[in-house]
Amino acid sequence: MNPGADRRPSDRVDVCVVGSGPAGALIAAALAERGRDVVVLEAGRRFDPDERLEQMERSIRPGGGAVWEMGGERDAFTSTGERRYPLNAARVKGVGGSTLHWQGMVMRLHESDFERRSRDGVADDWPIGYRDLRPYYARAEAELGVAGADDNPFAPPREEPFPMPGFRPSYADSLFAEACGRLGVVTHSVPNARNSEPYDGRGGCVGYGTCKPVCPSGAKYTAEVHVARAEEAGARVVDRAPVQRLEHDRAGETVEAAVYATPDGRTYRQEARRFVVACGGVETPRLLLLSKSEKHPDGLANSSGLVGRYFMDHLFAGMGGRLDEPTRQNHVGFITSECHQFYDDPGRATAGIPGADADFAPLKLEFLNYAGPSPVEMALSADEWGDDLLASLREAYGNEIGMGALVGQLPRAENRITLDPSRTDDRGNPVPAIRWRIDGRTRRTIERANEIQRAILNELGVEITWTVGPENTGPAFHHMGTTRMGTDPEESVVDPELRTHDLDNLWIASSSVFVTGGAMNPTLTIAALALRAAERVDATL
Amino acid sequence: MELTRRDALAALAAGGVVLGGGAALTWEELRAEEGGNRDGAALDDREVETLAAVATALYPSEATGVPAFVETYVVGRIRDRRAYAEGVKSALSTLDSYAESWYGGRYAALDGGARDGLLREVGVATAEPNPDGLDPERLRYYLVNELLYAFYASPAGGRLVGIENPQGYPGGTESYRRGPER
Ligand SMILES: Cc1cc2nc3c(=O)[nH]c(=O)nc-3n(C[C@H](O)[C@H](O)[C@H](O)COP(=O)(O)OP(=O)(O)OC[C@H]3O[C@@H](n4cnc5c(N)ncnc54)[C@H](O)[C@@H]3O)c2cc1C
Ligand code: SF4
Repeated sequence: MNPGADRRPSDRVDVCVVGSGPAGALIAAALAERGRDVVVLEAGRRFDPDERLEQMERSIRPGGGAVWEMGGERDAFTSTGERRYPLNAARVKGVGGSTLHWQGMVMRLHESDFERRSRDGVADDWPIGYRDLRPYYARAEAELGVAGADDNPFAPPREEPFPMPGFRPSYADSLFAEACGRLGVVTHSVPNARNSEPYDGRGGCVGYGTCKPVCPSGAKYTAEVHVARAEEAGARVVDRAPVQRLEHDRAGETVEAAVYATPDGRTYRQEARRFVVACGGVETPRLLLLSKSEKHPDGLANSSGLVGRYFMDHLFAGMGGRLDEPTRQNHVGFITSECHQFYDDPGRATAGIPGADADFAPLKLEFLNYAGPSPVEMALSADEWGDDLLASLREAYGNEIGMGALVGQLPRAENRITLDPSRTDDRGNPVPAIRWRIDGRTRRTIERANEIQRAILNELGVEITWTVGPENTGPAFHHMGTTRMGTDPEESVVDPELRTHDLDNLWIASSSVFVTGGAMNPTLTIAALALRAAERVDATL
Repeated sequence: MELTRRDALAALAAGGVVLGGGAALTWEELRAEEGGNRDGAALDDREVETLAAVATALYPSEATGVPAFVETYVVGRIRDRRAYAEGVKSALSTLDSYAESWYGGRYAALDGGARDGLLREVGVATAEPNPDGLDPERLRYYLVNELLYAFYASPAGGRLVGIENPQGYPGGTESYRRGPER
């Protein structure tokens, strides 16, 4: 929508969706395609696909500014607690949400992830199980366009093939596969929301290698796909329209309007019969907290006091170094092999990896295709040129190899999003404050991941030069848990249908409803939940 | 290693610039296209020489054919991008005035060692690239990084380092699977 666009509200619509990331966009498209009258309010701007090549260049060339324009007063936050949380590296505000920047790895959670309490005696079970989500996972894969292969013996059961053939393993994968084979470690392909061939009107991947933060070809899925679908079906998507608060009726039982601001400094009210908040795992609880009222003095939908609590992320563990032969890194910007063998039993032994007897969180291993420097990026920030530069690039590039891992963190009430009363954003609203630390079980699992990585790299003959372990770990940018799902209104914020316990026409679509996070990238599960919620919302209209 | 106009066209295409008929344009042709308009994007002869001289300093000595490569690339880059062209021209004129005042001659007239030395003395090596910044920052942005990007984000320079499909270049989905040439 251009700067002079009409951002005035529509007459009371069927559904108002707040946020146009994959969660909001999928719901908007599904409901609009069912003939519902839908308005989407999005805080960020529309990024024209014609800008994408320039953004790609900016992502490689220093000095051009933030590729997705994150940062500044609008996006201010505070981070307290033991670990700093780099929130603005971890999200995008724009039409399409954080999928503009994402990597696009899309796995289903395992059955065990829904049953952490029953199986491991920690955290809580989800009120729904893998079986409930399974058909929606299949639909989500078709919607996003997932390239995958059926070679993963550890994946949960599936009947339908992936919509597109998987990306074949990289050269480096083949080096890893050999070493892993000798250790009894199984490697397999990994599903990508990225076209391995033309799909859904978008072309196949052409190998720019800048997937994260920007794919100029459109081969990587972004939620712009479903924003366009929603608009084609008649939905209205208003950009640069951050919702300031939700207003309810006199009884405090039904949301009546979303109050949003526009670039010209005005505020408007969009009325609707149903509301879906899909603002991501941090802004979703923040919006509920900002919407406090006399009836809901602690924030909307917060009678449990749990809005903002149980914030969790996946932790990165990694290791790498140099091999005495070429490793062919940085041709593409995505991963083509992983190992999920240790996911459900991180302590298990294999022929070459000793077992470990402790309580661990789930973990998955990744084999990187972009270890070490990208020569062009290195050249652009080097303090030399000519023959000296070429010699340095040749020295730095060619033999790097590395592994990553994601480790799941337990939900803990003290990890939370609150409002920081001492600091306001560009509209005068208190900014989100993130309090985050990691627990002993998570640290232990990161160490376990490092142990397995070390064994594999040693077997391969890598001279290890870097490790990301419990001390220097960081988040994988998956914000989960802050409006958790459950059947008991005292123990959760939304019910298994994703409707808030406290307000009868308010739904939440986000990883904020996750009870536990497993160790798989969350967005396929977000998408499956969103498709399911769309049906539930529709059924009430 | 011989740099060709075709290499430059490949680098341009990666950035989305596709010239009609896929043929390279020269400064002469751009000037004609702009009707000889002095406010057009085209560089004048002196600017063209300075730019080629900078590129020769920045690219490895084994690269030959630098002027034609740079001409094709930069014409494509600044055609229809007046503001960008202004940035490049003003950086070139800044560089030339440093050359005049410190070395008593135009940049293109200096020998290889002096060209390299002047860039260092201006502070380009450690400057943060910034299109609106101080002199060394603008030079870094519009000249050094512009030309290094053309070279190392395309197969021409990538191959010298051992990566025929560098970041920024849409080199397909075969190369990541290929093993090294033995
Ligand atoms: C660098 C990076 C890599 C990632 N890689 C992967 C990956 O490989 N696999 C994976 O599964 N996940 C990945 N993710 C995470 C993934 O992007 C998110 O899980 C996903 O985008 C969440 O979807 P969402 O719709 O819930 O929220 P978002 O995509 O974050 O969208 C929320 C939208 O709501 C808008 N909004 C917020 N507040 C308001 C308001 N008050 N009013 C109006 N609009 C508002 C925001 O502007 C935003 O556009 C990655 C994330 C990042 C940052
Ligand atoms: S490598 Fe990444 S950025 Fe390039 S086309 Fe494929 S998905 Fe897009």
